[in-house]
Amino acid sequence: MRYKTPKIASIIEWSTLLLSTCLVCFFLLVVLWEIISKGASKLSWEFVFSVPTDGMTKGGVFTPVIGTVLLTMITALFSIPFGVSCAIYLNEYAENNWLTRTIRASIRNLSGVPSIIYGLFGLALFVQALQFGTSMLAAGLTLGLLSLPYIITTTEEALVRIPNSTREAALAIGATKFETIKDVVVPSAMPGILTGVVLTLSRAAGETAPILFTGAAFYINRSTGYLNEEFMALPYHLYMLSTQHQSIEEVRPIAYGTALVLVIVVFLMNLTAFYFRYKYRKNEN
Amino acid sequence: MRYKTRISLDNLFKIVFKATGLLVLALLGGIFLMLIYNSFSFFLDVRPLDFITGMEWNPTGKTPKYGMLPLILSTTLVTLGAMVIAIPLGIGTAAFIAEYASPRLKNILKPAIEMLAAIPSVVIGFLGIVVLSPRIADMADLSNGLNALNGAILLAIMALPTIITVAEDAIHAVPNTYKEASYGVGATKWQTLRKVVIPAAFPGIIAAIMLGVGRAIGETMTVLMATGNASMFPTGMFDAVKTMTATIAIEMGEVPYQTTHYYALYAIATVLFFMTLIANMLGEYFINKFRKYHAV
Repeated sequence: MRYKTPKIASIIEWSTLLLSTCLVCFFLLVVLWEIISKGASKLSWEFVFSVPTDGMTKGGVFTPVIGTVLLTMITALFSIPFGVSCAIYLNEYAENNWLTRTIRASIRNLSGVPSIIYGLFGLALFVQALQFGTSMLAAGLTLGLLSLPYIITTTEEALVRIPNSTREAALAIGATKFETIKDVVVPSAMPGILTGVVLTLSRAAGETAPILFTGAAFYINRSTGYLNEEFMALPYHLYMLSTQHQSIEEVRPIAYGTALVLVIVVFLMNLTAFYFRYKYRKNEN
Repeated sequence: MRYKTRISLDNLFKIVFKATGLLVLALLGGIFLMLIYNSFSFFLDVRPLDFITGMEWNPTGKTPKYGMLPLILSTTLVTLGAMVIAIPLGIGTAAFIAEYASPRLKNILKPAIEMLAAIPSVVIGFLGIVVLSPRIADMADLSNGLNALNGAILLAIMALPTIITVAEDAIHAVPNTYKEASYGVGATKWQTLRKVVIPAAFPGIIAAIMLGVGRAIGETMTVLMATGNASMFPTGMFDAVKTMTATIAIEMGEVPYQTTHYYALYAIATVLFFMTLIANMLGEYFINKFRKYHAV
């Protein structure tokens, strides 16, 4: 082949890669543009802080917002202690034997289990076997189980990065292993742990499938939730408004507004996680 | 604190930490047992062979039909469609980020892909209804655009971040010496990418694809909202289809507890569980193979 042909060819070849990257970015821009341009007109403090009225054709999204906030708090209260503690066991205590390998393999498998199956498990365990009924508690715990493998994996990644010399220094001045972990290892790994926790919770906040049969309700007539009652949540509200409502076209602006609020909630949580990660990287250097 | 309290606290927490480790085992075991137990109740009423090979899914008819072949085919059709779109785009983007993008561009592209991954599936499904559906309907001259094609495009968008991230890691991990050797014998950057880097990163790329497939098979909300949910035998991309996940999501809310139909949904979930398990285990197998190959 002549020398010049590869040069022209390389431009074409390079542009196919560039094109696919641009297409991926185009997807993201379409998603953001559609939600922001059509949802922005609805977005106001009044929309966020007023309850849905007139069969959800008027009013705001206060009830679902509160529902999602409370739900995510239950998820956090359940999954953070369990997840962090399991990660501590795996990284600080566990020997490399068949039991540890089995635990690690099940964590990897759990993170691949479809969210709808977590929903079924929550229905069978929390709603029926433990008699919580379809309630915020059952849904929050279901989302907690779903979050567990991600929290374990990210926490362990943060713990692995703490050098052994740090642990040895604490042990050498007479701290017990538990004190070393509590006072030295976990505090040093904190930004990394927080990054993983917040990212995981942002994912849980946007999940719909696990709460479909564990407690999410079409409409609730008051804004504050109780643990043992059904609740409204932002993702489920959006699903209902866009597919199940009797006058779908009429509530479309509210659906756009709900989608925008949901995306803002999730992105704010992601930004918090990025901030922790940024701080973490800075500390490391 | 007294010495004895400190020691007993140390011992106590050793047990607490280990207990939570075992709880994770119990969780996977519990999910597995729940699926098996309920599927078993189902197979007392319906023969497994009729379930797997039955051509009709109509549990509420006069004579209920529990054939899940149309559901499996719907899931396969939508997933395959998604992969046809996502694999070339994902690998192309991963190669671009790993090999061509400047550090500054990387710092824009990587968070952009994380942003795409962060968008909740229900929002993507909503956009399938309001953005994609009317356009597909116009293009193909249909009454509405809620069909397999719509679901496939949305699932491609959902699987892309997974595929790009894992494939990019794999391409990035190919040792520089490989590339230098290739440049040294006069190969261009593209030739090096195609003949050296991609083959070397191939197990990692297969892993990326398998993880993307696992993600697409198990995704519920987007397909529930965008594929039309007609439980017919799918014949093409413009048919409304009802995937396994969507069937569970729709029908679980309506069935009375502990009926054959109720157990049937758990049987679908069992098949779904094993399909995603196989996809994810294949993905993991290839990741390990890749790591061994490029042991650092």
